[in-house]
Amino acid sequence: MDTANFFLQALLTADMTIRVSVVLIFACLAGLFSERAGIFDIGLEGKMLISAFFTAAVSYQTGYIWYGVAAGIAASLVFALIHGVASITFRGNQLISGVAINFLASGLTVVIGHAWFKKGGLTPPLSDAERFHEITLPFADTLRDVPILGPIYADVISGHKLLVYVAMLIVPLTWWLLYRTRFGLRLRAVGENPASVDTAGVSVVRYRYAAVLIAGVLCGLGGAYLSTSQGAAFGKEMTAGRGFIALAALIFAKWRPWYALMACLLFGFLEAISNLFPNINVFGLFEIPVQFTQALPYILTVVILAGFVGKAIPPRAGGEPYVKER
Amino acid sequence: MTLMQKFLGAAATLALSAGAALADPAIIFDLGGKFDKSFNEAAFTGAKRWAEETGGNFREIELTSEAQREQALRRFAEAGYNPVVMTGFAFASSLDTVAPDFPDTKFAIIDMVVDQPNVQSVVYKEQEGSYLVGMMAAMASKSGTVGFVGGMDIPLIRKFACGYVQGVKAVNPDATVIQNMTGTTPAAWNDPVKGGELTKAQIAQGADVVYAAAGSTGLGVLQTAADENILAIGVDSNQNYLHPGHMLTSMMKRVDVAVYNAFSAGPDLKPGFNVLGLAEGGVDYAFDEYNKDLVTPEMKAAVDDAKAKIIAGEIEVHDYMSDNSCPVK
Repeated sequence: MDTANFFLQALLTADMTIRVSVVLIFACLAGLFSERAGIFDIGLEGKMLISAFFTAAVSYQTGYIWYGVAAGIAASLVFALIHGVASITFRGNQLISGVAINFLASGLTVVIGHAWFKKGGLTPPLSDAERFHEITLPFADTLRDVPILGPIYADVISGHKLLVYVAMLIVPLTWWLLYRTRFGLRLRAVGENPASVDTAGVSVVRYRYAAVLIAGVLCGLGGAYLSTSQGAAFGKEMTAGRGFIALAALIFAKWRPWYALMACLLFGFLEAISNLFPNINVFGLFEIPVQFTQALPYILTVVILAGFVGKAIPPRAGGEPYVKER
Repeated sequence: MTLMQKFLGAAATLALSAGAALADPAIIFDLGGKFDKSFNEAAFTGAKRWAEETGGNFREIELTSEAQREQALRRFAEAGYNPVVMTGFAFASSLDTVAPDFPDTKFAIIDMVVDQPNVQSVVYKEQEGSYLVGMMAAMASKSGTVGFVGGMDIPLIRKFACGYVQGVKAVNPDATVIQNMTGTTPAAWNDPVKGGELTKAQIAQGADVVYAAAGSTGLGVLQTAADENILAIGVDSNQNYLHPGHMLTSMMKRVDVAVYNAFSAGPDLKPGFNVLGLAEGGVDYAFDEYNKDLVTPEMKAAVDDAKAKIIAGEIEVHDYMSDNSCPVK
């Protein structure tokens, strides 16, 4: 492979990496907020699924994408609230509540979808006004001829859909919120040592609800991205395990925003590789089968969990309902 | 047996026995779902046609998980439905264990061979239909590169791919065919987002016609092809209407005919093997008002000629499943 061709392939891979990572980034940050406040959230998948459905359905019905996105976020928020009420107010088991949310979403989307559109749970394909489109950043076309940096700007950075840029902005925003504001400090403290926060006169319950609801909004955006940016309709179970990959990425990232971005990009990169180069031939010696690259994210997660890459310590109060007095 | 299982089992029996007239036919749809606009929907179309023409009733169930296969089969057979039709290769092992337990019930399985005295197996020569659409793809392609997106990586889907490649190479021996499989689990039938990404990857590598044989995942492939302004080829059902102007054709597999015939035969369904190819009208390419502007007269002439030759036995299209390998890549 000559250099020019290699460069072209690299651009392609980078472009696709970004596209497939976005949904992971939304879900991963959602999990980050929730788990940093001490609420485990394996219902990311379900919240994204219900949002994907309502975004597509309402967008189709009203013909206007933003109504769809609003409906998707609202649906995801309702599910986040269910999780909140079950695990914060009623101090239920957070994992079980999360599992319930996943099942509920997977069943409800199909049942409602079938009653609504009579297409067995699918929504009709969305027309142009009902989904997001590529945005060409300023000067992308004029700068394309600049060597090396031009194509990178024009092909990799420019030409994505709106939610991609939103996701990229939310990462620094999350960092700033968690590490540079009082809200963030308290939120993290609630996840590490809720009793001390409570002693300081801060409501643990309120902060945990706030975190869970932020997770709801982010999952809502992730779902909307799936059905109206990457796809153009809702199909049943269309999240296809991405919520769980995001959880793996969260552990991989040791519950930190910038690491989360990197972990999601890494997992996205592996997916892009397996899409673009199904069977990688290593110097003509042997072939790496596509199944291996597809399985790599899971293998990596196991390696991480086994403690090979430093220790991933979850927030100390994670998974524990907070009881004020004993 | 846990309490939950007992409860669910009882509920299922109740639901099934309610309104079960004797010897109504029943159909079980595979995981892709009844409305996948493709394989399962073709089966549903056949069942619906039978119901409309005869005024009869039939039972149906859409599976939502692997674990339901054997259970659904047993429930239908126990409730007296006859024949019980199932769509999909994945039923093979379940049917093989269930069929001997209900010797008086007739079963029909589409896409797989199950050797039991009360089972009719319907399989198709998908390679023949795929060969024809492969020829059309090669003739319509300007770049000399065409793509194939498969669903789950199984021999059956490789059979589609192999026939397609043979058709492409018959027209243009220098053409490149990029092949992608969506995954290795049944979830690969239900991932339109991944289908779209794979299509984008193929377009980036120069493909300007893509053939999707991937159930619901294929819908994402066709959508992306339409968005990126290239041509796509649908599968199983006639999918030309989905994106007029971007659908070159569809490789039709007449699952509807098989279901219709099985339902019509009722309890007298003849056990044995049924292999449906071009000659039997089991597979074909779609030509209608949605793609007539894309199919040139030369293209149609060439394909019809090849079709006649395949029927006459002058062209032999290799069947991937006969030796699990494909002579061309």
